[in-house]
Amino acid sequence: MATVIIPTPLRKFTQNASKLQVEAATVGEALQHLAAEYPDLKKHLLDEQGQIRSFLNLFVGEHDVRDLQWADTPLPADATLSIVPAIAGGISDWANVTFSKEELARYNRHIIIPEFGIEGQQKLKAARVLVIGSGGLGSPLLLYLAAAGVGTIGIVDFDRVDASNLQRQVLFGVDAVGQPKVDAARQRLEALNPHIRIVTYDALLNSRNALDIIRDYDVVADGTDNFPTRYLVNDACVLLGKPNVYASIFQFEGQVSVFNYRHPNGELGPNYRDLYPTPPPPGLVPSCAEGGVLGVLPGIIGSMQACEVIKVITGVGEPLSGRLFFFDALSFETRIFRVRRRADNPLTGEQPTITQLIDYEQFCGVKVVERPVREITVQELLQWQAEGRVFQLVDVREPHEYEAANIGAELIPLGTVSENAHRFSREAPVVVHCRSGVRSAKAIRELEERFGFDNLFNLKGGILAYLEEVKPELAG
Amino acid sequence: MIHFSPNVYERMLADARQTFPDECCGFLFGTETADGDRYLTDILVVDNAKEGDKRRRFEIAPQDYLAAERYADERGLTLLGVYHSHPNHPAIPSEHDRQAAQPFFSYVIVSVLDGYIGRVRSWRLNDDGQFEEEAIPPVPAKLVWPQ
Repeated sequence: MATVIIPTPLRKFTQNASKLQVEAATVGEALQHLAAEYPDLKKHLLDEQGQIRSFLNLFVGEHDVRDLQWADTPLPADATLSIVPAIAGGISDWANVTFSKEELARYNRHIIIPEFGIEGQQKLKAARVLVIGSGGLGSPLLLYLAAAGVGTIGIVDFDRVDASNLQRQVLFGVDAVGQPKVDAARQRLEALNPHIRIVTYDALLNSRNALDIIRDYDVVADGTDNFPTRYLVNDACVLLGKPNVYASIFQFEGQVSVFNYRHPNGELGPNYRDLYPTPPPPGLVPSCAEGGVLGVLPGIIGSMQACEVIKVITGVGEPLSGRLFFFDALSFETRIFRVRRRADNPLTGEQPTITQLIDYEQFCGVKVVERPVREITVQELLQWQAEGRVFQLVDVREPHEYEAANIGAELIPLGTVSENAHRFSREAPVVVHCRSGVRSAKAIRELEERFGFDNLFNLKGGILAYLEEVKPELAG
Repeated sequence: MIHFSPNVYERMLADARQTFPDECCGFLFGTETADGDRYLTDILVVDNAKEGDKRRRFEIAPQDYLAAERYADERGLTLLGVYHSHPNHPAIPSEHDRQAAQPFFSYVIVSVLDGYIGRVRSWRLNDDGQFEEEAIPPVPAKLVWPQ
């Protein structure tokens, strides 16, 4: 029988015994036996998944089981297993935070809430929050976090402000169109609150830079609009141990949750992969750019996301961990679903298989479907016309878009191309266009895959590029 | 109530002063009476094993912990708690302190302000995992024998 040495603080759970004899083949088995025999001891040894607690060290003789085989470390009959509580602590990062007179005046309505107080405001000022995506969700999120006094706000976005953003991205005004989003966001936020620090990353978050960027922050707020980035942000947060405040929107629906949140009692909450183990088939769930979104919806959902970020930072209230909030603007119905940790989660399950970032485009199948289609530029199209070449021109936008402006093409909306496949020429080249080139590429892929067309060309940049070239006065 | 012997108190404060601006740490030993009063009669100063910012964090190596348990065993004392310092910061446990805290132990925190000893307070986890303060009665002056 092996001997287990019980540390002083846990002896009150073993009737003051400092040494116990246990019949067990491995360290894990020994702990299970102890937990079964002394139920009050259990929560100090094992977490809710039955894993060895993080603030516990185990030594077989002089050797840390971390350097051996963890719970599977064999326990010979004459072995001594020492349970060693981790002794650690220190000063909170927020404790030395002070405020100027202006800041105290500014944050007064926070400070006078009894549950929030000066301590909550100190925590906000000491906090570093990374907001990924400064679009529809990012706009209210950034405005409220900056206004609330989050001391350091990082913003990741590679995009530039487009006129079609202004319907929902309230961070930007007309004068910002064409500017990099991170620059326009910085200007707006610094004007809103000069007492905070804004850090910008004018880059696309990817597997190469994600860990380095996220590492410097305490909380991540994911406001991105695509699955590869969502899985990337989730995995990076889990690997780095950062809470990930998640939200997403589509047309009239929104979702909010808090992932990878460690409760003060030590319990780790679920993450995105517990909710969605696998991504949807590529193309099934369109982005806002493809499917559209009610402009006010990201305002509602992004504000809720900001609320959860503030709760996670300050510890005020119960964050939305282990729960998914769902809002349908059409019926004005809200629901909250339970999210539980899955044993087969590849990051935090029983047998983790993901220990570093992977290729998320490939994981989400985006790469496979996005094979290139043949393209033609506006200049080439104009040259074809000048040369009098025979070709067919098809517009796959919706009828109301066609009515607003068209370049004399045949109208076959994207949703109807398959049933109208016979209207596409098999011999002459066919130039297909839409607004910017995304839908026409889809139409071409559909026709090529289902009907074997090999004479289709996508107009690069769509009607926008055409008008820019031919009638710049109409393009804006 | 947690009573310090003058000797233990002095050595703890000396460690806090000398280690400033880093955090110091060590073990406290003694006996506990039937009605829960603790008398600290011995101390073991250990290195702050934290890698990185020792001004804001402390950590005690598992080997030092095992040595402390043996030390108590050999002398017939009880390992009653841990002390550490909070440089330029009040003697109130932080979230880091609470997360790593063990039941039963007294966590004594020494506030050191610009190298001078500030308040000394002691905290213990209750059954809900929250810290409760335990009173430290005035420590009698250390007796100094004439040379």
